[in-house]
Amino acid sequence: MSVNLTLLIVMGALYACGIYLILERSLTRVLLGLMLLANATNLLILATGGYAGLAPFYSKDTGANEYADPLPQALILTSIVISFAVTAFMLGIIYRTWVLARQDEIQDDIEDLRVAETPRFDAEDDAEIPAETSEFPLTMLGGDGTGISDHADHAESEESVPAGAKNIPAKDAAAEEQPGSQNVTPGPEGGVK
Amino acid sequence: MNIASFAPLAVVLPILGAAVAFLLFRHARAQRAVSIAVLSLTLLLECFLLASVWDGGTAAVNIGGWLPPWGITMVVDQFSSLMLVVSSAVSLAVLVYATGQGMADGDRDAPVSIFHPTFLILVAGVSNAFLSGDLFNLYVGFEILLTASYVLMTLGGTGPRIRAGVTYVVVSVVSSVLFLVSIAMVYGATGTVNMADLAIKLADLDEGTQTLLHVMLLVAFGIKAAVFPLSFWLPDSYPTAPAPVTAVFAGLLTKVGVYAMVRTETLLFPGDSLNTPLMVAALLTMVVGILGALAQSDIKRLLSFTLVSHIGYMVFGLAMSSVAGLGAAVFYVAHHITIQTSLFLVTGLIERRGGSSSVDRLAGLAKLSPVLALLFFVPAMNLAGIPPFSGFLGKVGLIQAGIELGTPLAYALVIGGVLTSLLTLLAVARVWNRAFWRKPTDAEHPDPVLLAKQGESDAGGREGRNNVTLLPRTMVGSTLGLVVLGVALTVFAGPLFRVSDQAAEEMLDRSSYIQAVLGEDTEVPPLALKAGGGQ
Repeated sequence: MSVNLTLLIVMGALYACGIYLILERSLTRVLLGLMLLANATNLLILATGGYAGLAPFYSKDTGANEYADPLPQALILTSIVISFAVTAFMLGIIYRTWVLARQDEIQDDIEDLRVAETPRFDAEDDAEIPAETSEFPLTMLGGDGTGISDHADHAESEESVPAGAKNIPAKDAAAEEQPGSQNVTPGPEGGVK
Repeated sequence: MNIASFAPLAVVLPILGAAVAFLLFRHARAQRAVSIAVLSLTLLLECFLLASVWDGGTAAVNIGGWLPPWGITMVVDQFSSLMLVVSSAVSLAVLVYATGQGMADGDRDAPVSIFHPTFLILVAGVSNAFLSGDLFNLYVGFEILLTASYVLMTLGGTGPRIRAGVTYVVVSVVSSVLFLVSIAMVYGATGTVNMADLAIKLADLDEGTQTLLHVMLLVAFGIKAAVFPLSFWLPDSYPTAPAPVTAVFAGLLTKVGVYAMVRTETLLFPGDSLNTPLMVAALLTMVVGILGALAQSDIKRLLSFTLVSHIGYMVFGLAMSSVAGLGAAVFYVAHHITIQTSLFLVTGLIERRGGSSSVDRLAGLAKLSPVLALLFFVPAMNLAGIPPFSGFLGKVGLIQAGIELGTPLAYALVIGGVLTSLLTLLAVARVWNRAFWRKPTDAEHPDPVLLAKQGESDAGGREGRNNVTLLPRTMVGSTLGLVVLGVALTVFAGPLFRVSDQAAEEMLDRSSYIQAVLGEDTEVPPLALKAGGGQ
């Protein structure tokens, strides 16, 4: 069995570079890595076809054993088309990231950060004196309600803005207008909900 | 002329529909009509397909008359046709819901005309994956549905969606490359990619090669199905997409991965060589997934974590490789597609009515909108596995099969399954308590829409968008349809369980599948293990 050693070495190098590149944080490098991986796989498929041979259906007299196996080449064609589409799409996404964020890097997940920053202490569940949420508050502690708060550290912001029937701290209100906020997502068919 | 010869239409119809819908990009109304009509036709066809194999049997179609193992084969059996019907029914409901949302928001000003064609392509890819009798065609089906899903995931191109889309695309491409590498290796080892042919030829390979190919295929499918160590991408990417898109992704895409895993385990590599690692993965998927769900305050993220967690149940059923276990897993897949999709659709409605999908900002919805409360409550209890819903029946089936198997690991999984079910109940009960039961004024950061007066809210409380209907009838109607379908799975659980048990029996036996593809006189190699426990 004779296998084309050059092809195999090239394939190995492509895989190595591809894997190295997709571990980068820069999106363009990730894309290059994916392209290298796809092409390395194409070479792998070619290698599975076995010996090099004549083109199939070349002439009537060619013996069945002299053909190259045509199936891997058909598979490679399909896979090239697919990776072409994916590459084009990734380029679009990278351009969009650049337009939106002016950077070519994968960004941290906002929601993950939020969960990570959530304090262990939850006023509703963990406070020794549970946060008062009933209709008859302020009767237990001195009557003026000091010492009862949803926020354990009494970090009431000085400024507050009205939101509906209730005032919320200004820092929270600012967060609500950011593009990542859950409130300003467009509908599936465009427009803004 | 057999009805099964029309099976390729399940792929061709949506693709043609997509082409027509794409041409009609200037006519939003015609586009909607075309997509809904095409999808209904596909669903009708698939119902006929299911009816033709309802009592057992398998039919194979050779595309273009090329005989297997050289040509592309499509195979209709009970499992694939059941999956086709459920997936098309769910996608139809989601399409109607998305149409309702588009009409309610008056998208004539800014039409994203690619939504309908892309959605139909997604359906075509899913159908192709379910019908494929050929490993490479399965790969093509995966790529069709993935490419469509990339577009849907980043629809509108907003910041969070692009960020989530990058993760999703890169992970999906890597899993596809892994799948392609395993196909290349399978072809190198056996010289065929036809699954029925592989079922015979793979058995002749030596054990090390078999294990290598088996593991590679399972890892590639495990990423797509979001089985535990490979599930990290899902909760990050799904919640940012628009509600209907998330709903259809959650319902279908991971289940296509599960479907491929089932085929690998039953047809290509029967036997119990990798059952122990699969069971451990199933246990970890269930428990770690649901613990993640408990930490979330955003309903969409919470549901994404329960989605990961409940994939564990299906892998559990699959890993037992007994008729009872596999049958329960088939039933559970059908149940879970319906329930998970309806929950995401309801979350879309909650977001419209309450202005947010975070439980910190929602409150008092039960009083504001009792219909919404009902729509959430029924599938949520169904997901948690409260009797008498289908979620309960599926879990009972799995637990019975686990006890029947009787190994210590199976018992650990039974306990893990019960625990996960209870924790799911806790997770959805927290959503219920905070979003539906407490008073609106108790919310930490209430949304203005939520606090709008009842009278004005129906006209739309949001500033500058007075034409927005909060709960359009089409959206509520399609969600209701799915919830009713979920309840119907409970009512008709008897026949459904009979079909899924039969499907499991046929898949474990393999002879029906192999003989349908390769001809009646093909010899089916004997199985390494006895044909399952629960006859």
